[in-house]
Amino acid sequence: MADIAFLALSVITIGSAIAALEMRSLIYGSIALMGSLGGIAGFFLLLDAPFVALFQLAVYVGSIAVLILFTVMLVKRELIFKKIEDQRRKYAGIGLMLVLMVSLGAIFIDSGIKTITTDEPPVDFRDIGIDFVTYYWPALILMGLILAGTVTGALVLARRVDVEVGQRTD
Amino acid sequence: MANELIDFTLVSIALLGIGIYGLAVKRNFIRMLFAIEIIINAANLNLVAFGRFLPHSGGQTLALFSIAIAAAEVAVGLSLIIVAYRMYQNIDIEDFRSLKG
Repeated sequence: MADIAFLALSVITIGSAIAALEMRSLIYGSIALMGSLGGIAGFFLLLDAPFVALFQLAVYVGSIAVLILFTVMLVKRELIFKKIEDQRRKYAGIGLMLVLMVSLGAIFIDSGIKTITTDEPPVDFRDIGIDFVTYYWPALILMGLILAGTVTGALVLARRVDVEVGQRTD
Repeated sequence: MANELIDFTLVSIALLGIGIYGLAVKRNFIRMLFAIEIIINAANLNLVAFGRFLPHSGGQTLALFSIAIAAAEVAVGLSLIIVAYRMYQNIDIEDFRSLKG
């Protein structure tokens, strides 16, 4: 049976995920998204994975959410507060969400996953480091290259070519 | 451990459902990015939960890879938003239909 911390974290995570999508203002939405990502970090702590939890806090809550906030600030004021959606599509989306949740939940509850329990000690974070430098080392290098490539690509994409140095008026 | 694997899986399914709803309903580019983030986090939660209950270190390793790749994806997505906003002065994806070709 789930304990109190788990229940509180699920309420925070799922509630802020809904708030992130439904809040009128995009700024409050991105702050709610921050709460949801922090809740996931709490789940990682409950799962005895403190290293992943801190990584999640540093990367998601610390950088991605702030990046999103800055992008929102670049957008016009009336677009931040405007809700763009039609009602019919909204009801269809809620139906799709409920069908997906109920069917997937029924499948998982009916499967043998309920019988899986463990008394073994959690994975030591030293094992993760050993994994990274032994079995997964090509993937680690590839990931570094991909990160460098995508960040450079993002910079090139967002560069303004029509404004030269000294010409900036706005 | 008081919590069972099925609890974490159910939370992850709920997050996946919310993310799919956001992707299907919202037409705001930034909100769709929020929905993608929520789906990726649901997947990460599943990875770590299964890695804890097997127990195996592969779950956490893959979750770390996934978080790093998601960071790159967000950077590219946000720069695309900025470029599209500069071109169309809007973040409604219905306006971006002429981007094809």
